[in-house]
Amino acid sequence: MATLLPPPSKRQKTEIAEKARLQQEIESIPSDLGSIRVQFFDQATGSATGPAVSVPVGDATVKNLETLLNTLQGNDDDERVPYRFTYQSDNKDKDGQTIDILADLYHSLLKPGLKTTEDTVHLYFTPQAVFRVKAVSRCSASIAGHGEAILATSFSPINSSTMVTGSGDSTARIWDCDTGTPLHTLKGHTSWVLAVSYSPNGLMIATGSMDNTVRIWDAKTGQALGAPLKGHSKWITSLAWEPYHLQQSGHPRLASASKDSTVRIWDVISKRADIVLSGHKGSVNCVRWGGTGKIYTSSHDRSIKVWNSQTGTLIQTLSAHAHRVNHLALSTDFVLRTAYHDHTGKIPESDSEKVAAAKKRFEQAATINNKIVEKLVSASDDFTMYLWDPESSSKPVARLLGHQKEVNHVTFSPDMAYIASAGFDNHVKLWNGRDGKFITTLRGHVGAVYQCCFSADSRLLVSSSKDTTLKVWNVRTGKLSMDLPGHKDEVFAVDWSPDGQKVGSGGKDKAVRIWRN
Amino acid sequence: MPQNEYIERWTKQHGKRLDHDERVRKREAREAHKQSKDAQNLRGLRAKLYQQKRHAEKIQMRKRIKAQEEKNVKSSAPSEPSKTPLPQYLLDRSQATNAKALSSAIKDKRTEKAAKFAVPLPKVKGISEEEMFKVVNTGKKTHKKSWKRMITKPTFVGNDFTRRPVKYERFIRPMGLRYKKANVTHPEMAVTVQLPILSVKKNPQNPLYTQLGVLTKGTVIEVNVSELGIVTSGGKVAWGKYAQVTNTPENDGCVNAVLLV
Repeated sequence: MATLLPPPSKRQKTEIAEKARLQQEIESIPSDLGSIRVQFFDQATGSATGPAVSVPVGDATVKNLETLLNTLQGNDDDERVPYRFTYQSDNKDKDGQTIDILADLYHSLLKPGLKTTEDTVHLYFTPQAVFRVKAVSRCSASIAGHGEAILATSFSPINSSTMVTGSGDSTARIWDCDTGTPLHTLKGHTSWVLAVSYSPNGLMIATGSMDNTVRIWDAKTGQALGAPLKGHSKWITSLAWEPYHLQQSGHPRLASASKDSTVRIWDVISKRADIVLSGHKGSVNCVRWGGTGKIYTSSHDRSIKVWNSQTGTLIQTLSAHAHRVNHLALSTDFVLRTAYHDHTGKIPESDSEKVAAAKKRFEQAATINNKIVEKLVSASDDFTMYLWDPESSSKPVARLLGHQKEVNHVTFSPDMAYIASAGFDNHVKLWNGRDGKFITTLRGHVGAVYQCCFSADSRLLVSSSKDTTLKVWNVRTGKLSMDLPGHKDEVFAVDWSPDGQKVGSGGKDKAVRIWRN
Repeated sequence: MPQNEYIERWTKQHGKRLDHDERVRKREAREAHKQSKDAQNLRGLRAKLYQQKRHAEKIQMRKRIKAQEEKNVKSSAPSEPSKTPLPQYLLDRSQATNAKALSSAIKDKRTEKAAKFAVPLPKVKGISEEEMFKVVNTGKKTHKKSWKRMITKPTFVGNDFTRRPVKYERFIRPMGLRYKKANVTHPEMAVTVQLPILSVKKNPQNPLYTQLGVLTKGTVIEVNVSELGIVTSGGKVAWGKYAQVTNTPENDGCVNAVLLV
């Protein structure tokens, strides 16, 4: 039997402890490793930017790689873009393994032995937003006012200072989020307000209700703009405004989906139903108006239909789901919602400039490989999601498997790199927005997760749940960034303001809460 | 390990016999043959008892089959939208609302301050020590001093309890009178759920009884409510809640309790 070393004496132990306390082990990159060959790929398209370049391992930090890539891309000094680098293992038996390069190549890839300096490393890059949203951390206001549960909420696309909520007390209210006070009460509906939506220019609010009508309100004054839009025979489930750059000037249109299995397109000014899209056999529970003039609807009859918004004809039927389709998200949702309002806060002067700005923003966001691509993701009761590219094919791009219960809500990140899905299995899951590959599961909620919303810079995600909390997640690390308890009951609705300043939430405890950093 | 679970421990340590599943399957398969043999061959009182038992079993079986059939029938009536406002995405879903209603009712109640310290049974009849304890006087020494007691009431004994050596064991809590579960009712929702008991919080009779875990009428017990999905204000799953025993378990053979809200 080999001799056993005696356990360290007390003196030895204290010495080791002392040493450890005094000097933290510095993580340094050995200087004798030579260089490594790196090839950059665009995450959005999957194509290489050029041939592999040789980089000294000692200098292969994210900062330096960013500079290198900016140079390779030919970006000017004043328009440098921050990038995020990921490594996807090409090993087929361990597919789906994606590694985020956190600080440098050595510690992420070489030290764990995933790659050697002999190999060529394929790095996928995603451009990041040039601005940064801080995680909300505290409740700045809890405003009572609604007499019943809050069912829907939406921030104004202009900035974070106004928000509208729809409630079970058959009113909608506009809130001043800077001071935490109510601005206007929108009275008129005779039953629960199920859907609220700001128009892309932020001047009008549409509300859909259990009483089968849609009403339009002036967002500034809170006055009703004319009579209610009547026509549906059952309650309204979802609303979608025509994207700003497609609107005929002065004639914005609105699509409303209803339980009566139709979608109506209204001319908001003349209060007439322009077109009725009938074709679904079950309750339509989500409608989205795409930036290329298509309307996407999902229904309880398991299908997703794509319509032409001008003529109202059916273009495509996407059927793959095995159960009712709960929710749809477009990759361009965020730009369409905010139209010409960008992070700089500059608003163009004239109407034509506004349209041009909105169009430019949309095209910039949606263009992949010189082609406008609008991806669609659908969440369903069959526990799966599908990623579609309706323009190119009626077959799904990918099937997103992993949830263990119904998937209730799905959303694209503003930069289109991620998809987040919230399910009744208490988890939020993150997926790659390009190919639908699973990235990570965000665990922490102890009740069904109802809704989730990305911050404008796509670095954070907030989710609302039955367990009375909101949770803010760091998308990059997949970790909980902030836990926000405070609501006294289920949180039904959550929204992150387009400028990233505030988060608004409401639920069964009848109080609207505004969260900020 | 609880003292009496030696079989479970053995299975954990050594696993099951290799032919365990087969033996179980065969035993089940033989069951019908055994029943028919008994039904034909038993005579006299044993036959009578057997038929009684079989009769009760058959009633249960028929009930179960009927319930199963009813479950499979699709109801054609459109689901009425609920009274409480719900967001669009929850409207057409049938939900198990019982436990949830329970939790929110509890929360509503808690905001009323006066209700905080009130219990449903504020007063109980006293129980004398003579009634509670039986003197054990087996053996010469024990008989001489008569220091050993047997508790004559139902008790709750924690999972990790191990009996002390006989010489030091002053109180005996009989196995047959131990309870692990209570039928807990929510007073307003009229929902009754069987929940595991976690501990005895207070026996109004005597602090000693609290220590011994005696379950009498009016005893406040802590029950495990984790499966009800009640959430604390911090967003964690609540699992212990207090309840008060409302029946006399020593007479009824079960523990009924009402949740303190």
